[in-house]
Amino acid sequence: MTTPTDGRVPADAEKVVEMSDISISFGGIHAVDHASLDLHLGEVVALLGHNGAGKSTFIKILSGAYKRDTGTIRVRGAEEKIDNPRDAKALGIETIYQTLALADNVDTAANLYLGRELRTAWGTLDDVAMEARAREVMGRLNPRFQRFKEPVKALSGGQRQSVAIARAILFNAQILIMDEPTAALGPQETAQVGELIKQLKQDGISIFLISHDIEDVFELADRVAVMKNGQMVGHAPVTAVSKDDVLGMIILGKCPHGATPGPGAVTVNTSNVVEAQP
Amino acid sequence: MADPVSPAASPTVESAAGLSTDSSHDSTAGQFARSDEGSAIARFFRATEIDTRMLGILGALILIWIVFHIFSDGRFLTPRNLWNLSVQTASVAIMSTGMVLVIVTRHIDLSVGSMLGFIAMVMGVTQAQFLPDMIGQGNAFIWVIALAVGICVGAVLGGIHGYVIAYLGVPAFIVTVGGLLVWRGAAWWVTSGQTVAPMDPTFRLMGGGPYGSIGATWSWVIAVIACVAIALSVVLQRRNRKRFDFPLRPLWAEGTIVGVGCVLVLGVVAVFNSYPWPKGIVRRHVAENNIVLAEGETLFIAHGIAIPVLIAVAIGLLMTFIATRTRFGRYVFAMGGNPEAAELAGINTRWVTMKIFILMGMLCGVAAAISTARLNASTNAQGTLDELLVIAAAVIGGTSLGGGIGTIAGAMIGAVVMQSLQSGMVLLGVDAPFQNIIVGVVLVVAVYLDSLYRRRQG
Repeated sequence: MTTPTDGRVPADAEKVVEMSDISISFGGIHAVDHASLDLHLGEVVALLGHNGAGKSTFIKILSGAYKRDTGTIRVRGAEEKIDNPRDAKALGIETIYQTLALADNVDTAANLYLGRELRTAWGTLDDVAMEARAREVMGRLNPRFQRFKEPVKALSGGQRQSVAIARAILFNAQILIMDEPTAALGPQETAQVGELIKQLKQDGISIFLISHDIEDVFELADRVAVMKNGQMVGHAPVTAVSKDDVLGMIILGKCPHGATPGPGAVTVNTSNVVEAQP
Repeated sequence: MADPVSPAASPTVESAAGLSTDSSHDSTAGQFARSDEGSAIARFFRATEIDTRMLGILGALILIWIVFHIFSDGRFLTPRNLWNLSVQTASVAIMSTGMVLVIVTRHIDLSVGSMLGFIAMVMGVTQAQFLPDMIGQGNAFIWVIALAVGICVGAVLGGIHGYVIAYLGVPAFIVTVGGLLVWRGAAWWVTSGQTVAPMDPTFRLMGGGPYGSIGATWSWVIAVIACVAIALSVVLQRRNRKRFDFPLRPLWAEGTIVGVGCVLVLGVVAVFNSYPWPKGIVRRHVAENNIVLAEGETLFIAHGIAIPVLIAVAIGLLMTFIATRTRFGRYVFAMGGNPEAAELAGINTRWVTMKIFILMGMLCGVAAAISTARLNASTNAQGTLDELLVIAAAVIGGTSLGGGIGTIAGAMIGAVVMQSLQSGMVLLGVDAPFQNIIVGVVLVVAVYLDSLYRRRQG
């Protein structure tokens, strides 16, 4: 069966994010089609699905990168209008994008504070203060990291990932979106990101995690949600479903018994199903 | 990455030591003060944090100067020629500072010369016709108003480009090619092709010449102020670093930088102060001011720093400040490095783009004023093909056409390089068509060498 995660979130925990009936189309293609998903306080919800299922698009609507066509978003109970990245950040939503969204030609501190720079009394950039805070935050994540003066392009993949994560921590994210945080990392660094996620959960931060790695998901997440072809197939506590069940949701859209089905769930006529070989 | 709450091995402790001997460090060349590593030259550059590429351009400039000096039988490196060189460079240098920001954000501006021409015509007509009618001939404010008009017209022209590029999404190349044609035509249209002359006497001072220079005393004053400013900025930077326990440059490196900077400033001013007024002008000055001279005695009145050069330096300092110390400048570079990241960071990229082109237009206004003042006339052919020199200056100065990289100082040095080539060839009596061939070849070679350098740097 499955490995229980530490600190299971009670079912009646406060909902920090409620995304209801979200849709967005690009040129006639329904990238996200009436999808809904909630996030409870202190919870890690993993969002899975095949390539092009709409996971990144769905989550970018919460982060303000895209503007939804329909649907509502409630944050901490209040309906919010999230039309751009600034709106999302103002609500305590920080995002670590799959591409990291770092400006390669400027240094770490500049990237951490991009768009939210600290300024001196004269109105100029307070580079010294920003670097000091950068050293502080990076020191907590990666104590041996010293390359603060170099443009971020010169850093390794793992270091760049730390910078992207540090940016979210620096601004005290309450709601964190992580899009494939370990896709470009080796096993040791992946384990470190996993440790970090557990630590953040302990600190009371609620996390949306997009990942392809089912092992990671069952290790770190409280709930798993699956999208297929832009629609929400369903979601379930990680303890209520098996990895095979989840694979079935991803590939077939078949919602198992322990899961709450969404609009994308298909009712399968079992006589037509070909069982996948283990 | 370790446990996020671990206080172990805090960066403060390591960096306060100045030197780090921890071999498991993340640092490579580009970090400070591992004085046991590398050759003496490499250590020198690491300690002083001097940009080696900038030094490379300066080295090339000095090489060009020496070559021309030898081939022109010693006529190149004279106070007179160098002073003239400084004045000729001024207007292209000013425009090149704006072009850096344009190219950094992955755009281009090919209309710069035509904007200059149109603005020059408008300023000329303002000075020669409108203002004398409105506030009287020879009014002390004519030059200020005319300059202000030029800068405002430049802002409007740049704003039009910026709006179409940023908000209507038309590529900068096309918009500014359109501008190149439109503003050149408009320049002719202002006076139906007639040249406007002469200019207001005070306005003419912006063009250099004996009266458009500040003389020996004031030049030394400025030189001293500059040296003090260099020393102060190094001291302040060191103090700032100490405050946060950042790694410091070794004292000898700080001293070298201040020393070399001051020597350069004083040297340049000394050269400018060695260029005397022409005899005819001196005689007129003596007569006008009733100066008594002994039989056969001549008065040596030095030009000093030319006013257009002062304007160019001031603009260079201002643009460097904008590019490195303001949010706007930070956003320009971030947009150039990763436009998507800038958007996701919440930066209003369209408005920043528009401001870049407005700034470019305003700088063209200043350059137009200097050019008009030097010519003592406005012609609709002013600034023709200047855009190529301006872009070449920026690129030779290290601005990458791929975006994200560039310095203001580099572009101004690039402008000096371009102008040195042209002046040198004139001095050697090289035919104009052959000059173009040389300049074209040099530009391509310079960019090729730059790309090699970047690839080696990784």
